[in-house]
Amino acid sequence: MYFNEEFETMPKAALESLQLKRLQNVLERVYANVPFYRNSFDKAGIRPGDVKGLADLQRLPFTTKQDMRDSYPYGLFAAPLEEIVRIHASSGTTGKPTVVGYTRKDIDNWSDLMARSFAAAGVHKGDIIHNAYGYGLFTGGLGAHYGAERLGASVIPISGGNTKRQIMIMQDFGSTVLTCTPSYSLFMAEEAAAEGVDFKSMKLKVGIFGAEPWSETMRQEIEAKLDIAAIDIYGLSEIMGPGVAIECIEAKQGLHIWEDHFIPEIINPETGQRVADGELGELVITTITKQGIPLIRYRTRDITRLIKEPCVCGRTHARIARLSGRSDDMLIIRGVNVFPSQIESILVGIEGVEPHYLLVVDRKGTLDTLEVQVEVNDSLFSDEIKVLQALGKRIEKEIKDTLGVTCTAKLVEAKTIQRSEGKATRVIDKRKL
Amino acid sequence: MNVEQISIFIENKSGRLAEITSILDEAGINIRALSLADTSDFGILRLIVNDREKAKSILKERGFTVNKTEVVAVEVPDRPGGLARILKTLDSAAINVEYMYAFVERCGENAVIIFRFDETDKAINTLQANGIAILDGERLYRM
Repeated sequence: MYFNEEFETMPKAALESLQLKRLQNVLERVYANVPFYRNSFDKAGIRPGDVKGLADLQRLPFTTKQDMRDSYPYGLFAAPLEEIVRIHASSGTTGKPTVVGYTRKDIDNWSDLMARSFAAAGVHKGDIIHNAYGYGLFTGGLGAHYGAERLGASVIPISGGNTKRQIMIMQDFGSTVLTCTPSYSLFMAEEAAAEGVDFKSMKLKVGIFGAEPWSETMRQEIEAKLDIAAIDIYGLSEIMGPGVAIECIEAKQGLHIWEDHFIPEIINPETGQRVADGELGELVITTITKQGIPLIRYRTRDITRLIKEPCVCGRTHARIARLSGRSDDMLIIRGVNVFPSQIESILVGIEGVEPHYLLVVDRKGTLDTLEVQVEVNDSLFSDEIKVLQALGKRIEKEIKDTLGVTCTAKLVEAKTIQRSEGKATRVIDKRKL
Repeated sequence: MNVEQISIFIENKSGRLAEITSILDEAGINIRALSLADTSDFGILRLIVNDREKAKSILKERGFTVNKTEVVAVEVPDRPGGLARILKTLDSAAINVEYMYAFVERCGENAVIIFRFDETDKAINTLQANGIAILDGERLYRM
């Protein structure tokens, strides 16, 4: 089912001419209003007027997360603050988050795209959407919420946490749609089983899962345990939030990226050059309708490939394959983005702790675990167990307080963690998704 | 008066204790007393040896984290009530025992108890004032 048939099934040629018109418009806007873009375009020797066709997009410089940090908090906004009606933020590596602002029109478009995404997943007016994405600075909760309302479905803004209550409400309210992270859905299934609640007896028919990487195997597990269709959704706050791309329920083969608002490219992360059609590489997105904070050729660091073949659902928008990794070292642990450098800066802030550490990520049952290994050197060592245990607790607390992720600190013998000779291994990810 | 103990950090992995004892063996170091405190992830091996400096440097050379701590050794007759009297004395003086371990002397008449206190000097004064014999470090190392 379509939410906006005209745009969702727009013939390729018309879609491309719309993209070009919107691209030219956004380039003029950022060049005029954002000093960062004016400088970077000038440096690259290109003017908005030089972009005559979509192929010219590759001549423009990239925008990175670092550029967003350097412009903290509002430096990349292309609209004046009085036009901004909402501000979201995602975690940053140095304690400073990445900030995004939305104009009323941006929220309007986002609601539309999220409503389209729900419709693509088979959701319609009359459905009851149990929205367990977190509400707050994170875009997940409010993004899905506005889309649900735009579609005309009933939304339960339950947010995250308190799983027992979630299950009770899902059961009693007759929820038909679940939105959360894929791992949380499995955790819910476990909790429900422990409570003697059978998901098969619920009205739930579809789950829309995102904000962390998952796999086909996990999809099968979720579909079997929750007795639903599990749909993959993609989004990132820098670009908009949830609803940038989604699988259609007809095919469940790749995520349609809404090309009338975003232009996707796949590049080789080493060279920055576009890869051949269908090849794997880093996803780069240009937002062509955003007003608050349009981003030109934003490097998402997500690894995928573009599928341009027509889809059985009739949507003409290209698809991105299920994400297969990252081109940087960002970890997603229980939906929280964590960079090893963030943990490093916390560790070196604790007196006596050396910057030699190892992060071991695993998935025990359905939930991700993070173990932070720290060496016990002369200055940290004590003949008393309680002193060393207090050190472990302090590391765990500081990481929890700063990054919002629960970890266990493991004290290991000195000089046993690999030293950085060039590129040290800081992370062992044992998760089999 | 005080006794020096060396403590070694070890992860809970097989073979670590064996490795330490063979390093000490190769260096001709004799262990007088030992205790191992453990958690699920790591342990602390505490040793009284005949040659602390040598033991410490040789273990450090082999990559172990080692420190020295002052402990107090008390000699008590090896019979019922020997330890109880000492602990009662410490308790009345509100002295906290961080940890302790014990061994029996070769002749079998006395036991030696190694104490780790927060306030070592206060503990020694209290014990002596109550007529409890404190063992000299040098005697213990040679024992």
